Amino acid sequence: MASIDYPLEHPKIHPREFSFSETLYAWVATVDHKRLGLMYIVSALIFLVIAGIMASVMRIQLAVPNNHFVDPDTFNRLFTMHGTTMVFLVGMPIVAGLSNYLVPLMIGARDMAFPRLNAFGFWIFLFGGLLLYYSYIGGSGLSGAGSAPDVGWFAYAPLTEKAFSRGASSDFWALGVMVSGFGSIASAINVIATTISLRCPGMTLSRMPVFVWVMLVDAWLILVALPPLSAAQIMLLLDRSLGANFFNTQAGGSAVLWQHFFWIFGHPEVYILIFPAFGTLSEIIPIFSRKPIFGRPAMVGAVVAIGFISLGVWAHHMFAVGMTSWSNTFFAASSMLVGVPTGIKIFNWTATMYGGKLRFATPMLFCCGFLLQFLVAGLTGIMLAVAPFDWQLHDSYFVVAHFHFTLIGGLVFGVFAGLYYWFPKATGRMLSEKLGKWHFWLFCIGFNMTFIPLHFAGMLGMPRRIYTYAAGRGWESWNMIASIGVIFQAAGILFFVWNVIQSLRFGERAGDDPWDAWTLEWATTSPPPEYNFEKLPVVRSSRPLWDLKHPQDPDWKFE
Amino acid sequence: MAATSVVPVPPGPMEREWTTPDRGTVGIIFLIVTETALFSIFVVTYLVYIGKSLNGPYPREVLSIPIIASICLLLSSWTVYRAEHALQHNHLDRFKLWWIITILLGGEFLIATGVEWYHLITKEHFTISTNLAGSTFYSLVGLHASHVIVGLTFLLLVLIVTLAGFPIQTQFRRVRFLSWYWHFVDGIWVVVFTVVYIIGR
Amino acid sequence: MIVHALAALLQTQVPGLPEHRVANIFKPLASPAQSEYEIAVFVIAITTVIFVVVGGLIVFTIVRFRRRPSDDTRQEPPQVYGSNQIEVAWTVIPILIVFVLIGVTARITAGVQNASPPASTVKVTVIGHQWWWEVVYPDFGLTTANEIHVPASPDGKTATYLTLRSMDVIHSFWVPQLSGKTDLIPNRDNFLWIDPKEAGIYLGNCAEYCGTQHANMLLRVIAHPPGDFEKWMAEQQKPAEQNPQMTEAKAMFESLSCINCHTVKGTPAVGKFGPDLTHLMSRETIGAGVLTNTAENLRNWINDPQVAKPGCYMPSMKLTDQELGQVVSYLESLK
Ligand code: HEA
Ligand code: HEA
Ligand code: HEC
Ligand code: CUA
Ligand SMILES: [Cu+2]
Repeated sequence: MASIDYPLEHPKIHPREFSFSETLYAWVATVDHKRLGLMYIVSALIFLVIAGIMASVMRIQLAVPNNHFVDPDTFNRLFTMHGTTMVFLVGMPIVAGLSNYLVPLMIGARDMAFPRLNAFGFWIFLFGGLLLYYSYIGGSGLSGAGSAPDVGWFAYAPLTEKAFSRGASSDFWALGVMVSGFGSIASAINVIATTISLRCPGMTLSRMPVFVWVMLVDAWLILVALPPLSAAQIMLLLDRSLGANFFNTQAGGSAVLWQHFFWIFGHPEVYILIFPAFGTLSEIIPIFSRKPIFGRPAMVGAVVAIGFISLGVWAHHMFAVGMTSWSNTFFAASSMLVGVPTGIKIFNWTATMYGGKLRFATPMLFCCGFLLQFLVAGLTGIMLAVAPFDWQLHDSYFVVAHFHFTLIGGLVFGVFAGLYYWFPKATGRMLSEKLGKWHFWLFCIGFNMTFIPLHFAGMLGMPRRIYTYAAGRGWESWNMIASIGVIFQAAGILFFVWNVIQSLRFGERAGDDPWDAWTLEWATTSPPPEYNFEKLPVVRSSRPLWDLKHPQDPDWKFE
Repeated sequence: MAATSVVPVPPGPMEREWTTPDRGTVGIIFLIVTETALFSIFVVTYLVYIGKSLNGPYPREVLSIPIIASICLLLSSWTVYRAEHALQHNHLDRFKLWWIITILLGGEFLIATGVEWYHLITKEHFTISTNLAGSTFYSLVGLHASHVIVGLTFLLLVLIVTLAGFPIQTQFRRVRFLSWYWHFVDGIWVVVFTVVYIIGR
Repeated sequence: MIVHALAALLQTQVPGLPEHRVANIFKPLASPAQSEYEIAVFVIAITTVIFVVVGGLIVFTIVRFRRRPSDDTRQEPPQVYGSNQIEVAWTVIPILIVFVLIGVTARITAGVQNASPPASTVKVTVIGHQWWWEVVYPDFGLTTANEIHVPASPDGKTATYLTLRSMDVIHSFWVPQLSGKTDLIPNRDNFLWIDPKEAGIYLGNCAEYCGTQHANMLLRVIAHPPGDFEKWMAEQQKPAEQNPQMTEAKAMFESLSCINCHTVKGTPAVGKFGPDLTHLMSRETIGAGVLTNTAENLRNWINDPQVAKPGCYMPSMKLTDQELGQVVSYLESLK
């Protein structure tokens, strides 16, 4: 039962420039967790821009009533592909990418537990994504013209059955998403095995960085939540290809069963998506407040609690299907209970900042944006969880606003914070602070301008997933403002892209530890060598670098 | 700012010997966890749709209990354990014997399933598209059978390399993982059997 | 033509009922919406307080503890690791709030779902189709489409009891001022009752994505003042008017394949795939709300429904101008 069964590799010295094909080969054939992590993140960002452009087209269409910018089928494909891409090809690879890159570095390991499985996971994920997009060329949509899925990101049966979705579009949806899901499962098993087995000496569970804890619970959620989706997709594919009857209501099949299976996956999925942001905040806020995270055990406990409670709330997406009042109340109650551990996290982050010396570098700005926006998002979540209120809000733009607040105001802000924070580690160069501030403010203003008004449109009765609407129903101005906001968001993202391109070449040299941080990844060079650490580190507290920098006042004396 | 690429080793001795669980063990356990999640959805679907078919043939008319096949599969769990045990104590011949018996038992199970399906489809006209019972039956039993196939493939692989003279003792850890997987497939059968042939009929 | 248009225009004015175009959930006008409104206000109040307190705390922290230029950068602030009392406090207080919310939710949920409607009820079965609504009054043997006529209930003593079904995929019934959503699900019956407090026209939408034209599956509930509903019903129960001047146009209509999909009561047209047309002209809209029911719109619709509602399941019948004219004039006689 030895823990470290790697032979000690010697530093490889690269004396010459590599040719393009050599570099390409090195990346394609790599099993290095850092390269795979970066490839995950880069593909996620590319998909973010693609799906963001789709969203922009939707916002153009919805800016004014009775618009004919795109036709109905195109619009339906846009929101389906936008949602599916954002969830499965942006959110999921962000999870895998951040945990791949950071977990081994943070726990003082030389690689993931199963490097080849890791590479397999990435490529199968990418294959699934490309398969999904291939549908734009090779599929055949609801109305017969070769095109992408148009059944919404949760693809409710029986709309996806052969009778209502002819052609192959729904097959592409099910196959593409299922295949990329296998990649996520592979990477989740890997993260679990890595954190459990490859921790460096002294890195007990109680000393593990909160980020690693969060990703561990995240991997657990992936393992139990993704298979239900795969199972339902297998059933759907059997229905569509072999004439099985799982969701065939003509043969007595149930239309509600799909919804149960989908949301048994779907609800945990939204926490799977938000966890990386929880993780990055838990690392960044302490560093920029110059204080240890407040209430470490409570923070970890809250994440574990969310990891379990969130498995039992799925039917809050189904309050309108006509469940008994008992079931409705049960799911309302469990949903609201998730607010308690989530609240604990928000309070502890704030308490970490309280009494500190806050430095508002770009990563910290994004964290502050997160705190306020996620607070709003969570509270609108509570409103949705109140079943009778949800009968009004369900499937309206209020829901759209709620989940963009969680996903952009939460996830995307948290991820940007992380990217600004760890970019120096991964590339050896700082991102420009000036461009970073532009990015933050434009994106923050644009985001709020887009999604605050949509709450009101929803409360005025605007349903989601409509390609157009009539004038005079009170929705025009809200939609107009929302659409204008996208311009600012896009500008913000452009600043980010520019910042990355610019800084990769001309950015200020970062050094090993530009933020004066406390976790192990900052103890190695930037970028880290292939084997991460020359000698495996040994730790005695949850802030090993703090101990090193403050020998007279180390953490381990108090733990 | 501190420009350290030094490895932080705090002063003082380590409190205790540092060991962590074996990564393969962790990997296989969580593989089984996620497989369980997959199966449970199919099992739930089966249970939900019991008695909901609108037309026949119904399970109680066409399904007969596969007693021999089930016994074979359950026995194979024991034989694979014997094989693993033998390998652990370096009794290579005994290992091969038990391993071959395991494969035969697993093979018999698969063949029995094949025969059952052939009979159902050609004689009883009970197919995956017949009714809800058909859909749930073939998907659940089929999912299990596909796992038997995967297990058998790996069992065969081990057998082939062993017969070819590969020192399989060196791979004891992996053989053990395979046997765990096989136990899991067996355990699932107990559930599938109960649901399909006892509750479902 | 002009006369027709005028007549049609007048027709849409006939009910003379106020139209509630802005379907604000905070202006409820029926029992379920009223209960939902009350709990909504309650929950919004609580969450607003939480937002102000917690948000205020966050902003205060950000402002108060920002690093000032005068600060010594090498001096770290006091290292505080946590506090169990505080931890307990901010676990217990939210739990208490959540319990209050759960209690209220339980009560209102049961109240809305299990309340029995007033004794005097009209029964209506609403059947969702891709992308229109079939409306059946089983007690009156009447089938119409898209516009749901119900009695208003100023005194709260008459209600309309809806049975919701679907022919194809899942739809959802949502008229915000009357009630929240209830899905129409194939192979399953859902129920809902409404008692509009004021006479008027209430707008709503299908609120579950149901395919290409989900956006144009609009709902209209027309609540008649006391007494008027019965009059409307009596009109509707009559078979289609037999206008002797229309025999030629009628024959034309009946020779076309329209009758495979549409019903005109008392004629050979008995199709079930599309909306019942028996009293088409008593409707204010066509195509589940995409167009107002004017002569011109009707003509354009029949000429090619795919223009106003691309993707809908009524094909363009490719009628000649003459056929088109006759069919339209026949339809216009279906008062
Ligand atoms: C990152 C993703 C994310 C996160 C974190 C959340 C978090 C929450 N969500 Fe959200 N949700 C989505 C993503 C997310 N959601 C998505 C994508 C959908 C739509 C899917 C679709 O239909 O397409 C959705 C839809 C959705 C619905 C269904 C709406 C409908 O379709 O009718 C509901 C209903 O209950 C809901 C509730 C909640 C709740 C209660 C939380 C809670 O976890 C929030 C908890 C947080 C707080 C409460 C704030 C902080 C706490 C405090 C300050 C403590 C004090 C608070 C109290 C005492 C209450 N969400
Ligand atoms: C992580 C998740 C995520 C993210 C980040 C977003 C981001 C955005 N979303 Fe999305 N959204 C979803 C997840 C997400 N969404 C989901 C799950 C659905 C439900 C789908 C369904 O109903 O099935 C949905 C649905 C949805 C709708 C509802 C559609 C409908 O119901 O009809 C709308 C409408 O406004 C919308 C808008 C936007 C906008 C404006 C953004 C913006 O924030 C986007 C900002 C980004 C850009 C604008 C790209 C900018 C980049 C450039 C322009 C750079 C130029 C290029 C180069 C230089 C290379 N989204
Ligand atoms: C293939 C079936 C089909 C045929 C043939 C057909 N229709 Fe339709 N019709 C429909 C459907 C379906 C709708 C509902 C469309 C919608 O709102 O999405 C409809 C709607 C209508 C409406 C609007 C009804 C309302 O209340 O909104 C009118 C009027 C109409 N059809 C007239 C005709 C005439 C006249 C013909 C023949 C020239 C005809 N239809 C042929 C299927 C058909
Ligand atoms: Cu019917 Cu949406
Ligand atoms: Cu949810």
